[in-house]
Amino acid sequence: MFDPINAIAQWLAALLASLGLSSGLVNLILTLVGVLAIASFVLIVDIFLVWVERKVVARFQDRLGPNRLGPFGLIQPLADIIKLLIKEDITPLGADKVVYNLAPILALATVLMLWAVIPFAPTMLGADLNVGVLYIVAVGAIGTLGIIMAGWASNNKYALLGAMRTVALTIAYEVPMVVALLVPVILGRSMSIHQIVNSQTIWYIVAAPLAAAIFLISAIAELGRAPFDLAEAESEIVAGFHIEYTGMKFGLFYAGELLHALTMGALFASFFMGGWRGPFAEQAPILGVFYLFLKAMFIYWVIMWVKYSLPRVRIDHMLNFNWKLLTPLALAVVMFTALTDKALIELGVAAGSLTYSLAMLALNLLIGWITLSLLRSYARIERQRVAAPRPVASPEYSGVAKS
Amino acid sequence: MTPLQMIFILVAAMTLGAGLMVVTARNLVHSALWLVLALFGVAIVYVLLQAGFLAVVQVVIYIGAIAILMIFAIMLTRNIASESGPRFNENWSWALVIALVLFGTLAWMLSGWDGIAAQAPAISPRFDTVRELGLALVSPEGFVLAFEVASVLLLAALIGALVVAWDRR
Repeated sequence: MFDPINAIAQWLAALLASLGLSSGLVNLILTLVGVLAIASFVLIVDIFLVWVERKVVARFQDRLGPNRLGPFGLIQPLADIIKLLIKEDITPLGADKVVYNLAPILALATVLMLWAVIPFAPTMLGADLNVGVLYIVAVGAIGTLGIIMAGWASNNKYALLGAMRTVALTIAYEVPMVVALLVPVILGRSMSIHQIVNSQTIWYIVAAPLAAAIFLISAIAELGRAPFDLAEAESEIVAGFHIEYTGMKFGLFYAGELLHALTMGALFASFFMGGWRGPFAEQAPILGVFYLFLKAMFIYWVIMWVKYSLPRVRIDHMLNFNWKLLTPLALAVVMFTALTDKALIELGVAAGSLTYSLAMLALNLLIGWITLSLLRSYARIERQRVAAPRPVASPEYSGVAKS
Repeated sequence: MTPLQMIFILVAAMTLGAGLMVVTARNLVHSALWLVLALFGVAIVYVLLQAGFLAVVQVVIYIGAIAILMIFAIMLTRNIASESGPRFNENWSWALVIALVLFGTLAWMLSGWDGIAAQAPAISPRFDTVRELGLALVSPEGFVLAFEVASVLLLAALIGALVVAWDRR
């Protein structure tokens, strides 16, 4: 009754079996139908993300946003799609045709592949991989490859520069992201995302707020959104790696980017905010889907909030921030979380209990406070260095006075 | 033929074909992209062998790090990304001989091994392969020595990179 997806699957399995197909073939067909269903569902959600994005940015900029087509401008994304479809399809001179056409497909497909391991509800999930967390990292790596291919195959200097910037950024920020993801793995005692969601009787954002913050920051960097949007700097390198793409090929990149943001929201929700967990979700799995998307949309909104509020960070600051703050902090958090976990288990505190979560929270607050005081003393030194008088044209700097 | 065998034959053919294209493609970036496909094929073979962890790590390390680094290096180097000179140098006959000898030796050794035709025992769903691998890596009866030696080597490489890149002022 409250589990329509499994009911449909069972009905379909019975129907196919009554047609005289072998059980292996029935499973294969059901798997293919499931893949098709999840991919289509996610892509349909993607269409309306265009509308959500435009409406929200309008609110942040004190405008109304699309409001002409349909109620609240809801038909606007369909008009956008028609516009993209009937645009001229240009392949630049000297472009590498196969690689050029493969890149946008790869960019969207890798985002869709992430949805395979996200549990929608206690009974609804694509695949329960026992290496789910690593799978996400691996798929992200293939996504980076798509961007390099787009930048290189376009035969355009700006596209190549944009691709190189993106790759430098995503590869660098992958490190703290992977390390931060180890914290929910330690807390949940498994790399399977299904298992991690199952063991979150208390959301992990309580027990691991620092890891959650590091994951969110590196996810925004991975998305290439502001303040980390140097791949698409209009004033320097025009549109970045997708400068030469027109029509629906550009549309695929655009859809991939929007969907990636929502996917990161869903991943954050699954790792730190209990995924499908909510009141009555275990009795009625369909509610779990609703809760998951509610949480994912909230994180998506936070990502947009950051994007439309902060200016761009300079590339050297961005890499310094990653290597000198986020990565060491993530490593420290993982080490101390593992040690505290061991100590708490030895003391007889059950993993996932309230005492356990509060002790972890205290540990996180301590690490956060130490980090902030270290940053404060560093900032003081830096301010003194900058404030020190540095004559631009004094003899010992210019070298003129030397005989 | 079971569906698994069909998938294996398709994947193996794809991997071998991609491997052949790596050494015969005229364009270096194309070679690198074919290499990515070949490495991905190897990852699928790992999945077919129920070694999910190995498959994912293969993709993360070989495609996510090494292949991207190679493409990066090729793109940063002037004039070698486009069509370039002969694809074979005078050593190709030696390379062919060594490849054939290596393949022959491996085939001969594997044909003498009695496990080659045996059916792999089914892994029960309760058996967590990742947990077993993790325990084996840190247990004294397992591979803790090899694991630690590899860790020290990687740490040395990391410090080496730091020393090389250190800006002495």
